[in-house]
Amino acid sequence: MKNINVNVDHVTRVEGHGNIVVNVKEGKIEECKWEVVEAPRFFEAFVRGRRYLEIAHITSRICGICSIGHTLASLQATEAALGVKISEQTRLLRRILIQGENLQSHVLHAYFLAAPDFVGAPSVFPLVKTHPEVVVRALRMKKLANDLCDVFGGRTVHPITPTVNGFTKLPEIKEVKDIRKQLVDASPDLEATLALFKTLKIPAFERETEYISLKSKEEYALYDGVIASTDAGTTPVANYRNWTNEYLVPHSTAKYAKNVRDSYMVGALARFNNNHDQLSPRAKKAAAELGLKTPCYNPFMNTVAQVVEVVHAVDESIRLIDEVLDKGLKEEDRRILLKAGRGVGAVDVPRGILFHDYTYDKNGICTEANCIIPTNQNHANIQKDMEALLPQILNQPPEEIRLKLEMLVRAYDPCISCSTHLLKVKFV
Amino acid sequence: MKPKIALFDFASCEGCQLQVVNLEAEMLDVVGAVDIVQFREAMTEKSDDYAIAFVEGSITREKDIPRLKKIREQAAVLVALGACATIGGVNCLKNYQPLDEVRKYVYGDKADWYETFAARPIDAVVPVDYYIHGCPMHKAEFLKVVKSLLMGKKPDIPTYPVCVECKRAGNVCVFDLGLTCLGPVTRAGCGAWCPTYRDNCVGCRGLVPDPNANAEREVLQKHGLTVEQAIGQFRIFLGYSEVAK
Repeated sequence: MKNINVNVDHVTRVEGHGNIVVNVKEGKIEECKWEVVEAPRFFEAFVRGRRYLEIAHITSRICGICSIGHTLASLQATEAALGVKISEQTRLLRRILIQGENLQSHVLHAYFLAAPDFVGAPSVFPLVKTHPEVVVRALRMKKLANDLCDVFGGRTVHPITPTVNGFTKLPEIKEVKDIRKQLVDASPDLEATLALFKTLKIPAFERETEYISLKSKEEYALYDGVIASTDAGTTPVANYRNWTNEYLVPHSTAKYAKNVRDSYMVGALARFNNNHDQLSPRAKKAAAELGLKTPCYNPFMNTVAQVVEVVHAVDESIRLIDEVLDKGLKEEDRRILLKAGRGVGAVDVPRGILFHDYTYDKNGICTEANCIIPTNQNHANIQKDMEALLPQILNQPPEEIRLKLEMLVRAYDPCISCSTHLLKVKFV
Repeated sequence: MKPKIALFDFASCEGCQLQVVNLEAEMLDVVGAVDIVQFREAMTEKSDDYAIAFVEGSITREKDIPRLKKIREQAAVLVALGACATIGGVNCLKNYQPLDEVRKYVYGDKADWYETFAARPIDAVVPVDYYIHGCPMHKAEFLKVVKSLLMGKKPDIPTYPVCVECKRAGNVCVFDLGLTCLGPVTRAGCGAWCPTYRDNCVGCRGLVPDPNANAEREVLQKHGLTVEQAIGQFRIFLGYSEVAK
C-alpha cells in the first residue's frame, strides 16, 4: 500500500490563488481538498455609499478577465433597481460585447492555460519555439476578440462606454464593418483550432451533477433569460438566492454554493448541456467533430465546450453585427429618474452564471450589495470531482495524480480573484 | 544574457497581467527580449532567480508583507504594475469604513476567519523603483517602461494632467457634457482614455505631483469645484492619497 502526498501550493495557469492538498496513507485517502487562499477584497461592503453611475466601474474591477460580464451584470442590476428599461439598441450592443468577452476568455483559457497540459509543456512560452504557428494563431484570435470588445466597449479590460441606460459613445459604423470582415476572415483559424483540439486526449472521467445556466427562448443565452437547471427546471433571475445557497468553509476564502445536490456546475459545459439546441449550425458541427455530446458529465470536457463556444461567438457576433448594420445606430437619451429600489442582474459570463444584486436609496446611493460569482458556484463541484477522481487514479504515479488533479481544476477555468472578492453571508 | 523577469500579484483583478498577454504580437517581442522565469497566471515552471520584478495588486493583510519583502530582496528592480500597486486603487475604498464592520458585512459571524487591514499601495511597504500607472495599465506604457529598463534608462512618465492629452486629442470637454471629471488633476499618460469615449476621468493614474499648483485646476474652478472637492467626489481610486484622506 502506498503513501502519497500531493501539495500543489498555488495552482498555476489559473486566475487567482488556490491549493490542492492530497494525503494518502497506506492506500487510504486521508485528505483530498481544494483550498482557496486568495486575499479577500470586500467589494460588496465598499460599494455601499457610492453613486449608481460609479457602481459598474467599481465592480468591473472584481476581475480583469471577465470585466465586461461584471459590468453588464452590474448595469442590469442597477437598471432593474431604478426601474430603467433599456432600448433594443442597447441590448443588441451589449449582447455583442458579451460574445466578444466569451471569445477572448475562451481563447485565452483553451490555448494559453489548458492546452500546454495536453502537449506536455509547462506553459505557452516554450510553445513559441516548438509550435510557433499555434501561438501566433492563438494571439491572432485573441486580438480579434479584443478588437471586437474595443469597438463596442471602448476597452476590453474594464470597458469604458457601457453605462446605465446605454453607452457613453457608440461605435463608428466603419469600425463595425471592419470588425465584421475580420470575424468572417477568421474561419481558417477556427478550423485549425478544431483540428488542434480534436487531437487532445481528454481524461476519461464522469460524474453527473446539476448543471445551471441562463436560458432564453430567443437564443443561446448569455446576456439575459431565466435561470435553468438540469435538476430543477427554470426560475426567474430574481429568485437566484434560493438556487445558489452560499455557505462558508474554513479552508477557503471563497464561498461555496449548492442547490438540489451537494454541488452544481456552471460554465460552458453547463450552458452546452442546457442550451445546445440553440448553438449556431457551425458550432453544432464543431461539437460533433470534437466528440461533445449532450448530456456530458465529464468536467474535463468543459474546455472542449469552450472551443465550441468560440465558434458560436464568432457566428453570433456576425449575426448581431448584421442586425446593427441593418438598423443603424442612433444617439439615445440616457437620462433617467432616480427612485429607491432593489434589482438583480444575471449574465452568463465565460465561467458561468453571474449575479449582481443592489439596493439604492432615493438619491441613487447604493445601500446594499450582493454578488455571486461563477467560480464560487463551482468550488463545491471541483471538490466533489476531486473526491470522485482520486480513487480512480490512485494506482498512477504521484506526478500523474498531481497533473490530473491540476488539469481538473484548470478545466473549470477558475477565476479565483473573482470568487474571493465577493463573499457575503448577510442577506438583505 | 537576457534579463530575468518575474510577475507577481497581490489583491487585484489580475487585469494588468492580462494586459501583458493582450500585447499579442508585441508579446512575442517581449518574450524574445527577456527571460520570464515566474508568471503564475500563465506558467507552471518557476525560478526565484530574477532581476526585475513586476508586482500587481495592493497589500491588504499581514501575511502579504513578508512575501513582498522577499520579492524586494531578490529583485534589483521592482516595478509597480497598475493602480492597485501604484496608488492602492479600488481596494482602498474599504478603508473609508470600519474594517470590522466591512468583514462582518461580507463574512457574517465567520468574520474572524478572514484577516484584513487597510489596503495600501506596495510602496507603503517596500521601496518601488518604477510605476506603471492606470486601471488597467496601458499596454503602450508597459512596453515603453520595459524598453527603457532593457536599455538601462529611466522611463519618462508624464507629470502633467490628463486635460493636456484630452485637449491634444481634440475631445469635447466632458464637463460640457454635464459630467464631473478628474482630468485636471490626474497624471496623464493614458491618452485621455475615458474622456475620449465621453466618460469622465476617475483618477486611476493618481494625482499629478502638485494638484493645487497646476494650471488645469482652473478648469475645476470654472465649474465651481476646488481640487479637494473634486477629489472628494472621486474616491474610487484615490482612497490612499494624502489629499483625499
